[in-house]
Amino acid sequence: MNAVSFSADAYFAEVMREFEIIPTKKRADLSRRSILKIATAGGAGLVLAFQIGGAGKAMAATAPVKGEFVPNAFLRVAPSGRILIYSKSPEIGQGIKTAFPLIIAEELDAAWTDVDIEQAPVNPAVYGRQSAGGSRSIPQSWDQLRQAGAAARAMLVSAAAKDLRVPVSELTTADSEVIHQASGRKIGYGDLAIKAAGQPVPDVKALKLKTRDQYKLIGKSFGGVDNTNIVTGKPLYGIDLKIPGMVYATYTKCPAVGGKVASANIDEIKKLPGVKDAFVLEGNGLVAELMPGVAILADSTWAAFRAKSALQVKWDESEASKDSWSATVAKAKELAGQNGKEEIVKTGDFDGAYMGAVKKVEAFYSYPFVAHATMEPMNCTAHFKGDSAEIWAGTQTPERILSSTAKMLGIAENKVTVHQIRAGGGFGRRLVNDYAAEAIAISKQAGGIPVKLTWTREDDMAHDFFRPGGFHSFKAGLDANGKMVALSDHFITFTADGKAPVTGGNIPKEEFPFPMMANGLLTQTMLPLMTPTGAWRAPRSNTNAFAFQSFLHEVSAAAGRDHVEFLLELLGEARWLVPGNDGSLNTGRAAGVIKLAAEKAGWGRNLPKGRGLGMAFYFSHAGHFAETAEVSVDANNKVTVHKVIVVGDIGPIINMSSSLNQTQGAVIDGISTMNLELSIEKGRIGEGNFDEYPIMRITGIPEVETHFIQSEYAPTGLGEPALPPVAPAVANAVFMATGKRIRQMPFFKALSTQASA
Amino acid sequence: MITLTVNGKTVEVDDSDPSTPLLWVLRDTLDLVGTKYGCGVGQCGACTVHVNGVPMRSCSTPIAAAAGQQVTTIEGLAREDGTLTAVQKAWIDLDVAQCGYCQAGQIMTATALLRRNPKPTDEQINTAMFGNLCRCGTYIRIKQAINAASEAIAKGGVA
Repeated sequence: MNAVSFSADAYFAEVMREFEIIPTKKRADLSRRSILKIATAGGAGLVLAFQIGGAGKAMAATAPVKGEFVPNAFLRVAPSGRILIYSKSPEIGQGIKTAFPLIIAEELDAAWTDVDIEQAPVNPAVYGRQSAGGSRSIPQSWDQLRQAGAAARAMLVSAAAKDLRVPVSELTTADSEVIHQASGRKIGYGDLAIKAAGQPVPDVKALKLKTRDQYKLIGKSFGGVDNTNIVTGKPLYGIDLKIPGMVYATYTKCPAVGGKVASANIDEIKKLPGVKDAFVLEGNGLVAELMPGVAILADSTWAAFRAKSALQVKWDESEASKDSWSATVAKAKELAGQNGKEEIVKTGDFDGAYMGAVKKVEAFYSYPFVAHATMEPMNCTAHFKGDSAEIWAGTQTPERILSSTAKMLGIAENKVTVHQIRAGGGFGRRLVNDYAAEAIAISKQAGGIPVKLTWTREDDMAHDFFRPGGFHSFKAGLDANGKMVALSDHFITFTADGKAPVTGGNIPKEEFPFPMMANGLLTQTMLPLMTPTGAWRAPRSNTNAFAFQSFLHEVSAAAGRDHVEFLLELLGEARWLVPGNDGSLNTGRAAGVIKLAAEKAGWGRNLPKGRGLGMAFYFSHAGHFAETAEVSVDANNKVTVHKVIVVGDIGPIINMSSSLNQTQGAVIDGISTMNLELSIEKGRIGEGNFDEYPIMRITGIPEVETHFIQSEYAPTGLGEPALPPVAPAVANAVFMATGKRIRQMPFFKALSTQASA
Repeated sequence: MITLTVNGKTVEVDDSDPSTPLLWVLRDTLDLVGTKYGCGVGQCGACTVHVNGVPMRSCSTPIAAAAGQQVTTIEGLAREDGTLTAVQKAWIDLDVAQCGYCQAGQIMTATALLRRNPKPTDEQINTAMFGNLCRCGTYIRIKQAINAASEAIAKGGVA
């Protein structure tokens, strides 16, 4: 095993614990313990803030600063009638900055045109969780945000009741007004703001939340709240920041993780035009924070980049990664025929059932490492001020910068201010704030001047927390009726610490369809790895779905059965796979999306020669998705995806426009990534820029048709679960079109190296 | 000093390094940060601006090459009274953006296309937009917005 580990697995374990799905009953308990508090000042309006039970911290001060409220709660009603809503979590392109305020405005019964929206300050003591990840923002905030709106509405209604001298029961609300229908009188929320602030805070238990038929906003289409600023080029992103006295920085790390600076031409660099300073940082040994490297500070980004290109570093790679993807592939192929030593699932008697099977199917699947490659490269502006620090970052985990910075600088957490800025893409990359740690360390070392650190695209590709590659060696046995009676998978993955799989490279024991198998065997082998891995959009699911949902189609095809009918039989009767956990797979919801996708796609219809229709189902992040892909393959093995139908059940949809955008994006991301790969040799990533990492362009995009089954369950997230079924749906469709089975990503390579099956 | 026109205003910028990309002059010197850095090598199109009406990758355009030229950035598309162009309006109406980072470049390329060819075919849209990457995969709405803007222009909208 590696003598030294530079993985971010411990960090991710902590982050991902937050994303765990809490069953409804436990959620209700938490909610009951929620304490609603009110704070008013200056008589100017109404501020509500929450402390979520279990946070264990006092609510942060809501005292006025210079006669104004400190904006640390969810909403604020001004006497003018304008309603300011704070969106508590980071916007990374998933649309949460619009969706969160919609939920609050719904329960407040506000007119959307009266609402202004601002990003909330980073203060988890007030807001609870403020991360964006795991598709958990909506489910974890659903009750809290509705209560925030409903409590405010109740207080406005109480104030109006006093004003109008009528009982509360005679009052209704609509479009930011309290209405007394009997007398035809109406009072706007703005006119009630001061009086509402004096009303007692209602008990959370007494709050009457809307039923779904009462929704006026939720479920309709709303444009993103930053759209006008985006199309007019306003400063919105971290990279757009400029603060007084700021200098521009680059940071250069060893291309193989774990390398240290042996020597560098620092003196030469310092003499280059525009360069203000250059120095070595030793780092703290944590790849999720600060690894060794050379910082260059200059009077413009270009001066810093230009100097970086002249930088020559001799790296001490004695403890650095020597990872090799080609050697790994060879090793995995060697291991493929055996079972892994570690058993994850063992039910019944796989060997016996497989031996007795009438038909046997075996297949080996593989997929490579890929990068997040967000359009906005990692960057951060930071100002170390001696006993305090201020940081501006596009990040998925802003509250973690509070704790990591405080620890790194040896100062109290309340001496750290973090501003969460709209991020030019996340996909899981910005769950790690290494770039923020670098920026604050550079600011400190430079003597406390504010620094904007910008990574080059090449830095961004080299120093990602990659989606790990992996391998699956499957065996399935069929009985005389074409029923799958035995299933095994030898999963070959990676480990950094020798104990657990790397982040994004694991497989849960609930992996479908193992819970349905009377004779199932899931074993695992972990190969050593130093390359840092992380959470890439639907981590583990985006790759496991490809392997499992493709192999299941191989099995149904070998049995000569209809794939939809085969999947529905596997699912069996409607039930939760983990009883009592409504975040687990529900076979009824699964069957529902599969049936609707089949219906919408015209499953079973005749297709022209060379065309194929494929189907895949996957459950991840509490979302049930079935997708069909219709493809054609030309004589040069070029795959054209004509149409993808997405059917999802994530409960009610909050914002239809952004939800449809998310599913379209997930389909295109899925098709794009099925054809991408990174090479790793001598611990280095071989690809440096988009010319070597060809993300899908506008040509060849399919038509995407989305249907949501808006079931009665509480809403769950959409950032991730629409992605995993895309690749297997396309692979299955290619098989239907050509008889060629894709068992490897990138798909184009699998097809070009494969003779007709 | 190098003199150029940016969004209708004459500006003078430092010429000590004539190879400085226009991108960084716009962003760091002129505070026009709507034009984005994505790759630095003309591969992603996030930095697209118009030079004399032609879409150019500002990350790969040395400032010396922009001397005396008319440069338009995303900040310079709308009229002075704030009226947005048909393309900008379509981008809002169709709610195109997800993360939004690439969209300034997409809009600049689409605008140049529609000014040159107000009724592009699907293939002409593909050809014109090929150089602009969107990692979020908003291409479907980008196409819809270009077609919507094309229709608006036909009805007298500002290209």
